[in-house]
Amino acid sequence: MPEIKVTPLGAGQDVGRSCILVSIGGKNIMLDCGMHMGYNDDRRFPDFSYITQNGRLTEFLDCVIISHFHLDHCGALPFMSEMVGYDGPIYMTHPTKAICPILLEDFRKITVDKKGETNFFTSQMIKDCMKKVVPLNLHQTVQVDDELEIKAYYAGHVLGAAMVQIKVGSESVVYTGDYNMTPDRHLGAAWIDKCRPDILISESTYATTIRDSKRCRERDFLKKVHESIERGGKVLIPVFALGRAQELCILLETFWERMNLKAPIYFSTGLTEKANHYYKLFITWTNQKIRKTFVQRNMFEFKHIKAFDRSYADNPGPMVVFATPGMLHAGQSLQIFKKWAGNEKNMVIMPGYCVQGTIGHKILNGQRKLEMEGRSTLDVKLQVEYMSFSAHADAKGIMQLIRMAEPRNMLLVHGEAVKMEFLKGKIEQEFSIDCHMPANGETATVTTNPSVPVDISLNLLKREMALGGPLPDPKKPRTMHGTLIMKENSLKLVSSEQALKELGLNEHQLRFTCRVQLQDPHSDPDTLNRIYTHLKSVLKGYTIQHLPDGTVMVESIVIKVSSSAEDTSTKVLLLSWSYQVKHFYFYNVISSNTRAVKRLILIAINRQISIVNHD
Amino acid sequence: MKLYCLSGHPTLPCNVLKFKSTTIMLDCGLDTTSVLNFLPLPLVHSPRLSKLPSWVCKDGTINLEKELKECAGRVFVDSQPEFCLPERELLDLSTIDVILISNYHCMMALPYITEHTGFTGTVYATEPTLQIGRLLMEELVKFMERVPKAQSATCWKNKEIQRMLPGPLKDAVDVWTWKRSYSMQEVNSALSKVQLVGYSQKVELFGAVQVSPLSSGYSLGSSNWIIQSHHEKVAYVSGSSLLTTHPQPMDQSSLKNSDVLILTGLTQMPTANPDGMLGEFCSNLAMTIRAGGNVLVPCYSSGVIYDLLECLYQFIESANLGTTPFYFISPVANSSLEFSQIFAEWLCHNKQSKVYLPEPPFPHAELIQTNKLKHYPSIHGDFSSEFRQPCVVFTGHPSLRFGDVVHFMELWGKSGLNTIIFTEPDFSYLDALAPYQPLAMKCVYCPIDTRLNFHQVSKLLKEVQPLHVVCPEQYTQPPLTQSHRSDLMLELQPPPMPYRRCSVLNLPFRRRYERVYILPELANSLVPSEIKPGVSMATVSAVLHSKDNKHTLQSVPKPPPVPPSKKRKRVMEEPPVVLAPKPLLSGAVPLEAFLATLQKHGITEVKVEETADGHILHLQADDTLIQLEEDGTHIVCDNNEPLRTTLRDLVLRFLQKL
Repeated sequence: MPEIKVTPLGAGQDVGRSCILVSIGGKNIMLDCGMHMGYNDDRRFPDFSYITQNGRLTEFLDCVIISHFHLDHCGALPFMSEMVGYDGPIYMTHPTKAICPILLEDFRKITVDKKGETNFFTSQMIKDCMKKVVPLNLHQTVQVDDELEIKAYYAGHVLGAAMVQIKVGSESVVYTGDYNMTPDRHLGAAWIDKCRPDILISESTYATTIRDSKRCRERDFLKKVHESIERGGKVLIPVFALGRAQELCILLETFWERMNLKAPIYFSTGLTEKANHYYKLFITWTNQKIRKTFVQRNMFEFKHIKAFDRSYADNPGPMVVFATPGMLHAGQSLQIFKKWAGNEKNMVIMPGYCVQGTIGHKILNGQRKLEMEGRSTLDVKLQVEYMSFSAHADAKGIMQLIRMAEPRNMLLVHGEAVKMEFLKGKIEQEFSIDCHMPANGETATVTTNPSVPVDISLNLLKREMALGGPLPDPKKPRTMHGTLIMKENSLKLVSSEQALKELGLNEHQLRFTCRVQLQDPHSDPDTLNRIYTHLKSVLKGYTIQHLPDGTVMVESIVIKVSSSAEDTSTKVLLLSWSYQVKHFYFYNVISSNTRAVKRLILIAINRQISIVNHD
Repeated sequence: MKLYCLSGHPTLPCNVLKFKSTTIMLDCGLDTTSVLNFLPLPLVHSPRLSKLPSWVCKDGTINLEKELKECAGRVFVDSQPEFCLPERELLDLSTIDVILISNYHCMMALPYITEHTGFTGTVYATEPTLQIGRLLMEELVKFMERVPKAQSATCWKNKEIQRMLPGPLKDAVDVWTWKRSYSMQEVNSALSKVQLVGYSQKVELFGAVQVSPLSSGYSLGSSNWIIQSHHEKVAYVSGSSLLTTHPQPMDQSSLKNSDVLILTGLTQMPTANPDGMLGEFCSNLAMTIRAGGNVLVPCYSSGVIYDLLECLYQFIESANLGTTPFYFISPVANSSLEFSQIFAEWLCHNKQSKVYLPEPPFPHAELIQTNKLKHYPSIHGDFSSEFRQPCVVFTGHPSLRFGDVVHFMELWGKSGLNTIIFTEPDFSYLDALAPYQPLAMKCVYCPIDTRLNFHQVSKLLKEVQPLHVVCPEQYTQPPLTQSHRSDLMLELQPPPMPYRRCSVLNLPFRRRYERVYILPELANSLVPSEIKPGVSMATVSAVLHSKDNKHTLQSVPKPPPVPPSKKRKRVMEEPPVVLAPKPLLSGAVPLEAFLATLQKHGITEVKVEETADGHILHLQADDTLIQLEEDGTHIVCDNNEPLRTTLRDLVLRFLQKL
């Protein structure tokens, strides 16, 4: 039985360093290659030694696919390809290919330049790594090799995020990456067709959450920001430069305009302009509304939002600052946080998920005293708010995707074990399919049962279809017969006659003949004629032929009449049939007008033909 | 498999392919050359046009003074221009399942096909094709609706009258089917039927056929199509280009091994080199400006204009044209320029890498930013106040019959300083200019047609090796004006099958196989036997299920036990029990081994007689004969069923069953 194996090297019952190995139809695929933001040591990257102990991965992997540009999905890519060693193709969408190297470079700078780490990938390595990237278009079927094909679907989540279908023969796996089932202010909702994969590998970040309506959350967010501004506080919104940031910018921009607010909104330097530019150029990846109106008004040209300068942090009065990174683990957002943490008028709004170990995670869990580098502690007095804006599917969304794709098996990654367990139960109950949730390094195996594709000769198929009439009747299944020829890699199903021809075999005729005597005073041709006439009247629906060579054929049974020279009224009936004779009944072959009524019953049923003579 | 040809225009094709119970329309091009027979639609009242004399037949018998006007010896219809539609009578258009669009120029007849014909199918196109196609349609509608013309001339179409008219009106075909432009509402309704596809996406049609668009290199999102089942492959090649301009390069390898290749959309200017034309375009433009004249470039709002602007971007400084204003006037000018920047996925590699920086892929963004290029929806409004001469104006429509270009013709036509440069290959420039004669302005004809030329297409066909090629009849002979140029036609072995408007071709296609899936349970139960090294066979008895054009084979279910019936039925009424038919036999029965086997089964009294073809075995005890030959065995046995069965089984031991 063919098997599909799935082994997470990261994101198995965990969020961070997503990296999932899939073995399908003899092909090995790595899905995502991320880093873990909660660790600074070896655990930061997936454990590639699982694949091989001796160095390079090229010969062990057929391809690597990156679902989107978040670092927990692509942060280990240059390490994997340039330091461990992989030269095969890396697939990602155009926006991901455009944005991913920028974030990697950012990440590198923070790690190497600020923290002074050595033994890390270099800028050159990022460039070399990106040279191995093959861009992927939505819905395009990419043939990785003769057997392996991949196809990307829109995933929402962030610009350029994709779900991928991996297919070998009739076996397939879908990996969702991170996705979002509800359209938001700048992105559309994930979509997939009913592709019935053998396994659907889904993220499960919000496995247990069912989030209230997006509008409510937005109103909540705006209310909190507004209140804080009103009382003269400063609002820090840690974000990643691309993604949530743009959605929240659109939200605040329209709110500011509507409410005619004057407090400045800043976006931390560097990526701002550039990031918005990516959105403008990849506008086809945003939601329908933005796409439709972009010629008149590009939503990513902000009027109220200005570039941030480090010195502004100490300016008096209210302000809103978007700063990177989103989990408060380093960089500008952390610096500003340290400055503002002491004042209870201020507020930090965490608009996304925070990985364990980050400051974001700590303050969200209510920690009010933080140990900083150099053994100092930081008192957190400002308001901490969590707004679930991060665009992941919630439990409802995950179930919705399962309904869309109709997988045969389910596999959960990118979530916490306890929450996964809950969702797993729900999935198994609602869909009656197996749900796996392997931990890192653990392998989930699914046996598949693929049908065997065969080329059937059209003659045979049409003959078969014609028998059943235009509409096949499910209550009366028809049996068809043919010969399957297996040659090299081809499987052909043909009629037996054609098979003989194709295999160059001669046909061997097996015939049987038997003689029956009967009394009839007529001449031989007359007797035969009478038999013919009678058969015709009795055996309706059979092909009965009187051939000029003095034989009668009933289907493929041949009947001949002869008599001996001495006794012309004693006729010998010669019945001859072949081994393949079709089953049917002869009944009452009677020369009724003759005095001597002899009943000849010739029954040709299935495998035996018996001739019974009665007086 | 049949091909219905609804358009005779080789670059604006409209064919319908019937293939495996699906009806697929390939493109729906609108032949706009018919508008050349009409008078231009001026945006501003033109005294010259309104004073044109009516045409009167020489013998005075026909007088259609309201419908026909004469200008410089040519007769024009004074009416809203009309288009020559694809043939609508050849087959029932409501039976069309899908329409595949290859590029935005080849979809302009879409509303005529999808609206008011009962069409209920789906249209497949790439996103750039849809968006830019929408712009071109919108432009066409606006051009027409901006200058409504009350009059709709029909009398001239009367067969008796048309016969008397001078050419080319006399020779125009199917004039009764010519139609005015559609409305925006019809455009929107037609385009709402479009389903977007990406290159190399495999789209299943009813489980029977798979269609897939391939990059064709001609324009943004332009595609060729593969229409295939598991065993048959039709390639549809429409406007394609091997030149490196802005679109993604042409995908040639996927066209390989097709049974039939339908070839349309070759270059209309086989003797004009696009690069040379581009050079001429620039030098004429510079010359005119330097001499103080204006340059008019009649063009479509998308396509080659992007390349022209890019070329000018590099040329402007070196030619010292930095202060010359460039105007692009069209109701969709802004949209076209904006849209061109957002289709990174559909661009050539160079342009793609610019987007990664992130920079706009086309340099016209910079031309606009630096105010060198300005775009306006029409000559009315802002343009009239900001307009400075000498200048360069890009505007449509290239037929010179409607759109803002008509105004510039009237405005600039009288001065020899000005130049009109034709770059679009769709219209003969002499015909286009006819209603403006006499004309003082200079005319330069440098048509830029990047589509495949005959040399490129021969090379391509050699590489992809289709079994048969179908093409418009125009491609099977040299152009009329250059009948000695045998290099300007397709020469292939076997010769291509030509089509013309209203042809119905039977494509030389023999379908032999179909895909069927053997379910695992049945597959496991099959017992293969090896016939010769590497070749095995197995007999299959199975139930065939056909659903949604997918066939599966399942194991034969065991028949339920027959309940004992109390009533005795007459034998005749009982249906024959359906059992597996006997297999065919193959091989031969070897005499010695067979005799030995007979002996083992207690049949010893056998007299063997040699014949010409084999042997006759006489089983003396039973008065039974067995005739053994190379290709047959004949058992002659009278009323002894058990013996016959035994003998049969013994014979079968030596034979292979199929």
